[in-house]
Amino acid sequence: MDNGAGLQTREMLLNVGPAHPAMHGIIRIVTKLDGERVTDVDVEIGYLHRGFEKMSETVDYNGVIPYTDRLNYVSPLINNMGYCMAVEKLLGISVPERCHYIRVIVSEISRITDHLTCVGASAMELGAFTVFLYMIKAREYLWELVEMVTGARLTVSYCRVGGVKGDLPEGFAARCKFALQETRKVLAESHALLTRNRIFVDRMSGTGTISAEDAISYGITGPFLRATGAAYDVRKDCPYSVYDRLDFDVPVGTRGDNYDRYLVRMEEMEQSMRIIELALRDIPPGPVQTNPETGRPIPAAEMVDEGKVGNIVAIAGVRAVTDPTLEGSGKPHHPAIAADEKRVFLPSKEDTYGNIEGLMQHFKLVMHGHGIRPPKGEVYFPVEGANGELGFYIVSDGADKPYRVRVRPPCFAIMSALPKLLIGDLVADLIPTFGSVNMIGGELDR
Amino acid sequence: MHAQAGFLTSRIEEAIGWARKYSIFQYPFVTACCGMEYMATACSHYDVDRFGAGLPRFSPRQADVLFVVGTISHKMAPILKRIYDQMAEPKWVVSFGVCTCTGGFYDNYATVMGIDTIMPVDVYIPGCPPRPEYVLDGLVKLQAKIQKQHTTGERPAPEPRPECTT
Amino acid sequence: MTAADLIQAVRGRFPDAVIGSHDYRGDATVIIHSPPLLEVARTLKQDPAFRMNFLMDLTAVDYSAFGKKPDRAFFASSGVPVRPPPQIPDPEPWPGPPSPARFALVYHFFSSLRKHRIRMEVPVEEQEAELDSLTSLWPGADWLEREVWDMFGIRFRGHGNLKRILMYEEFSGHPLRKDYPVNKRQPLLGPVN
Repeated sequence: MDNGAGLQTREMLLNVGPAHPAMHGIIRIVTKLDGERVTDVDVEIGYLHRGFEKMSETVDYNGVIPYTDRLNYVSPLINNMGYCMAVEKLLGISVPERCHYIRVIVSEISRITDHLTCVGASAMELGAFTVFLYMIKAREYLWELVEMVTGARLTVSYCRVGGVKGDLPEGFAARCKFALQETRKVLAESHALLTRNRIFVDRMSGTGTISAEDAISYGITGPFLRATGAAYDVRKDCPYSVYDRLDFDVPVGTRGDNYDRYLVRMEEMEQSMRIIELALRDIPPGPVQTNPETGRPIPAAEMVDEGKVGNIVAIAGVRAVTDPTLEGSGKPHHPAIAADEKRVFLPSKEDTYGNIEGLMQHFKLVMHGHGIRPPKGEVYFPVEGANGELGFYIVSDGADKPYRVRVRPPCFAIMSALPKLLIGDLVADLIPTFGSVNMIGGELDR
Repeated sequence: MHAQAGFLTSRIEEAIGWARKYSIFQYPFVTACCGMEYMATACSHYDVDRFGAGLPRFSPRQADVLFVVGTISHKMAPILKRIYDQMAEPKWVVSFGVCTCTGGFYDNYATVMGIDTIMPVDVYIPGCPPRPEYVLDGLVKLQAKIQKQHTTGERPAPEPRPECTT
Repeated sequence: MTAADLIQAVRGRFPDAVIGSHDYRGDATVIIHSPPLLEVARTLKQDPAFRMNFLMDLTAVDYSAFGKKPDRAFFASSGVPVRPPPQIPDPEPWPGPPSPARFALVYHFFSSLRKHRIRMEVPVEEQEAELDSLTSLWPGADWLEREVWDMFGIRFRGHGNLKRILMYEEFSGHPLRKDYPVNKRQPLLGPVN
């Protein structure tokens, strides 16, 4: 090749991945270089293919939920919510108001953790290791919040078809406020470190550019599309759950480059925090856990301890209080978090252990071959995942297992546009571009 | 061989084991969900640096411990094996998360049912994904194992299993 | 446009191509013959009445085992058959699989300008399993079609690079077909089950 100055250059093949320090996630990018300029890109994926769709056909409807956790494992609650809402659409049932708000709150927390990880990791790859540490610190605060609600940090399996596992714990609002306050501090610090940082701006600005038309033709959605100026957000354009009642803005970029994507993600975290605060304000109140007779509720665990030492008299007349986050939490919590449909949602534990109808209902739902049996049909339900439109397409043949579950993975579309983003840029621009894609292996390869 | 070793050599071995166990250079082979908990462990909140394992090396030639973090698919298995082969002795392998230990609940056509079907594993950390505290516990177990290993790279013979009497 | 209007509009434009339609749970669905697929897709994309600028999803369903599972539930330990409870009744039942053909290709289109969605299903027999590629209209169809080929073994005419995407080249068979056993492994190294 001739570079214009009469000097001959030679084409070079450079293989990046699947195990490469700059690739958080396993993917192979074979680039053809002319000097430092990328002339051709071949992307190979599938290194984390775990057969999500095949496994979904072998388990019952609630059994798919743990698999959905591991699709986009940085924001599992959004996947839970999308899958459960798709099955609920198939069943034709709706969930209580409070349950909608709980789902919105936890999925927005998940969105923040996802954006924190994405921005932090791509900043780290550009050398800003401090920002990464700060952002993971903020993520820990949010994960502690998630753990408080769901019992797990990462793979939560919180939603159920027809509701959520348990209610919000007491004192959640205050803890949430604290976590958001800490996250805001971290975001302010990161803004100060990155947004006007010369090195960061130089590497992000003008690289990995894509126009809105191209992005749409590749099926790109989410922050990636919004950075090009097209304001498509499932939460606004096809509102689901209670998003149409919450007031929030959809940030859009103008140039569609890495820097705009960074700014869009930073602003989306602010908006998610706003949604959480609004939802916490508007959420219908849950049941209050005090015993009206004695006014002295005792936690169930404490009661067990008292009983072990023979202190029966003191606890004889007092009602036990179970943690509202427990699976099948107490009867007062049940109507607030579960759909009023006996054939879908497990009864409260008081009913399971207390009367024969409850026990039979429980058995009918957990026994092999019984379970939730939706009518024959097919539905597609999209939610706004952290990377874009996350859609679940479910076909039911009337059995207790889904006939087919297909997930529309948002970052699959973005990865298929990667050659378009990289060709013409320098090889060093591969790193920020790949970082801003926010490739999540579990979601890409399923 | 160590039966004949004298006082001096055994002291030296102890010293080398001590030095090795507090300077773990790890190669994080991060593929999936467990990577998030790996990141959480490595960052400031749980701070794996306290155990002398804070410096990941992204070249297998420079690494002592291979952290296999996340599900290994059949497509990925040859690459993992190759990275393991490229590492210089002495080397250890930590299987991080239940997918690498046994395959987890991905019992299907795509995944390897436990990386110990393709390479030896020193420490198994179960959990899906393991909490950072589990990871630190696994790391301490690995350090104990490193301490016991001989300078020659020879591993102590595994304790004999108790005879089954029934 | 509402789902019913969308279906009516597609039916009016292609009276011969459309072999069925429904709006189960509010999802507009049209089932079309495979020969005019490309033309229908082009109209959906370019016609001002539709303006479907997104190809949101492309996948396939293998209907060969549909409804063939025994309607019996068992106690796991005793083996006593128990009839499971009836399905949750549906006021507006689904008309059933698109056709007796083994596969159905499922396209989800979305218009961000008009905010409407349509699902297009194309039945394909196993023998002729080949369809027109949509890569000329949406470049994003490239990988989606490769995935359908990889998972179901359905070919696409006019696709320049139809090779496996999630599985490896040495893999034989198509894992999402209903006759592929869920844990039949073909490892590149390590023990074979």
